[in-house]
Amino acid sequence: MAAMKNCHNDYKMKFSVDEEFPDLSLHNNHMAKVLTKDIYSKLRGKSTPSGFTVDDVIQTGVDNPGHPFIMTVGCVAGDEESYEIFKELLDPIISDRHGGYKPTDKHKTDLNFENLKGGDDLDPNYVLSSRVRTGRSIKGFTLPPHNSRGERRGIEKLSIEALSTLDGEFKGKYYPLNGMTDAEQEQLIADHFLFDKPVSPLLTCAGMARDWPDGRGIWHNDNKTFLVWVNEEDHLRVISMQKGGNMKEVFRRFCVGLQKIEEVFKKHNHGFMWNEHLGYILTCPSNLGTGLRGGVHVKLPKLSTHAKFEEILTRLRLQKRGTGGVDTASVGGVFDISNADRLGSSEVDQVQLVVDGVKLMVEMEKKLEKGESIDGMIPAQK
Amino acid sequence: MANSFTRMITGRNTAVMMAMGAGTLASAFLLNDSTAAAERRRFYPPSADYPDLRKHNNCMAAAMTPTIYARLRDKATPNNWTVDQCIQTGVDNPGHPFIKTVGMVAGDEESYEVFAELFDPVIKDRHNGYDPRTMKHPTDLDSSKVTSGMFDERYVLSSRVRTGRSIRGLSLPPACTRSERREVERVVVTALSGLKGELAGRYYSLGEMTEREQQQLIDEHFLFDKPVSPLLTAAGMARDWPDARGIWHNNEKNFLIWINEEDHTRVISMEKGGNMKRVFERFCRGLKKVEHLIQERGWEFMWNERMGYILTCPSNLGTGLRAGVHIRLPLLSKDPRFKKILENLRLQKRGTGGVDTAATGDTFDISNLDRLGKSEVELVQLVIDGVNYLIECEKRLERGQDIKIPSPIAQFKR
Repeated sequence: MAAMKNCHNDYKMKFSVDEEFPDLSLHNNHMAKVLTKDIYSKLRGKSTPSGFTVDDVIQTGVDNPGHPFIMTVGCVAGDEESYEIFKELLDPIISDRHGGYKPTDKHKTDLNFENLKGGDDLDPNYVLSSRVRTGRSIKGFTLPPHNSRGERRGIEKLSIEALSTLDGEFKGKYYPLNGMTDAEQEQLIADHFLFDKPVSPLLTCAGMARDWPDGRGIWHNDNKTFLVWVNEEDHLRVISMQKGGNMKEVFRRFCVGLQKIEEVFKKHNHGFMWNEHLGYILTCPSNLGTGLRGGVHVKLPKLSTHAKFEEILTRLRLQKRGTGGVDTASVGGVFDISNADRLGSSEVDQVQLVVDGVKLMVEMEKKLEKGESIDGMIPAQK
Repeated sequence: MANSFTRMITGRNTAVMMAMGAGTLASAFLLNDSTAAAERRRFYPPSADYPDLRKHNNCMAAAMTPTIYARLRDKATPNNWTVDQCIQTGVDNPGHPFIKTVGMVAGDEESYEVFAELFDPVIKDRHNGYDPRTMKHPTDLDSSKVTSGMFDERYVLSSRVRTGRSIRGLSLPPACTRSERREVERVVVTALSGLKGELAGRYYSLGEMTEREQQQLIDEHFLFDKPVSPLLTAAGMARDWPDARGIWHNNEKNFLIWINEEDHTRVISMEKGGNMKRVFERFCRGLKKVEHLIQERGWEFMWNERMGYILTCPSNLGTGLRAGVHIRLPLLSKDPRFKKILENLRLQKRGTGGVDTAATGDTFDISNLDRLGKSEVELVQLVIDGVNYLIECEKRLERGQDIKIPSPIAQFKR
């Protein structure tokens, strides 16, 4: 597909590469590690059909130098074509972020919940809640960093239509951010459902908060176990969650709900963005593949202070977060434990890792409570 | 000094001068029809993209109509800046019922022409009915005309005059590319290195200053930070921070220039005490010298006779001038007539931290409200006369005498 030119970018081309190249000397993110003047020179003359350029891709990474200890991605896609047109920059970033994933690799999608073994018996004395989330982008629309108000409203309209066809356990209601009553807002906050205007500069510098709260909203089923965010960091964020440790049930509802929604979008010739190399296409390269984060809130006061805690997590291919989500601290020994991988393994694979890994860690915790050693239980690298 | 920039300026100057002089709209490019981006626009008519401004209280929201938006949405300045980009900050920041912000910015000099249909009513709203289509703005930087500019230092703690200047031919902070921003820095820093005598000084690049230099600049109240106000960040002015941003000040530490913050340059003259006349005199002298130095290299400031000096925010058009003092008014500030007195004198109060800060104790920042339609000399004289009046009121209250609310000052001559 030929990349068409964009007038604004033509104007910028009058300036030399040296004059335009960003100063990344203080930066610690994937984009800064990969971008060279050579790559920049090759890509700066291009734009996607909707007009997204390499400068648009990297702006968030230029504006957010990052932290010495935390490596952020530092770039976003503006549309599906970004991943193709700027592959020279994005492929190495994807490889860095996703464990050496190669441009020739194929990603497996498996949303057949019956393939998950176990997962219905995590000890509720330790596992307080279970949750699976992913994102989906709607084909034919550009992504949150780039879309216009008209497109965003179009996405919202289609989403409302798709969601309103759901029935049975999925029957629910849409709450537009710009129209909910005070009572509705309070309830959504109490349920931990409400999302706010992004304040993280990682998101705002990428332009995702423009026109807030226009076209944004939350849908959830009456049972409050299946939830969809519309037009936050991605077109859709789909969440299945419930109290306790029945991850199998959470994952079943997740898969079934997703497939039902996808059918409606497909009927309107606006299926989900997906390809066999990158799986599901999302705004941030870190969420490519499954876009899936499956996790639990689990009490591990003893294990979390054990010297080998980090190593155990790494070997189990899991990551820890505080109970407030990304970039928060744990409270009272309760951790959010979820899969670290997104690309290169399937949804079933990733949730299986969480189920097996959390089961093992709970057993370790019980052992430590009894004053016993867990040295014999340390797993091999998965 | 022929380089790609000077060549472009010649071209742009011609276009701009033709447009301004002939009184017609500047060359507005219709966004290229052959791109898929244009197709997307056709698929989404202007009505699909019209912003939801129902909860908004800013000048842009008050002036915007579906008809205006439909006429402007598909236009672009020669730098390809669009109306959506101008208004983004106003869409993202609905404002406060008590404080009416402007809600839009210019990306370049041509924005004010190409999107005149929206900028003109906003300018009128913000600048007391000033009509840039029919009226002329007076520029006067002859500081010798100012009288009684020495305040009673028992009340006035410090005096300050600031303005902004934009370099013609380079896009403004919301729109500029990294190389344009770096060129602004180069042009201005080169010019400033030509200043001598009382004005001689040095430049501190934000990205390269040492910790010690940084602390020194903070202590002197000179250092500016990466903008956090969403009014500025939503307009894209903080991109690539701190690339090409910096502070220049003279050795005497009373003449200071900010580079690439909210405008290409902010020029500040300040000193402790009440000698506003000297502050303004240095201000004018410094500005004229800097202008002369950039002209020697083929550059000039953005200016025209209808809008005066062109700056990023429409609120700063005209003189871009804020002349003010930090003043102690313990009795007057508690008098219920204080607000009305300020209003009639065309003055505003701010906290000693600047805009949107609270006053500490009885000390206020008092400065002119107006920017456009009156000259620099007129505005500074207005501040001088007004502050002297406030001091007089304070003294009268000290003596137990009554004070009077002055008659309102006349608006600009039409």
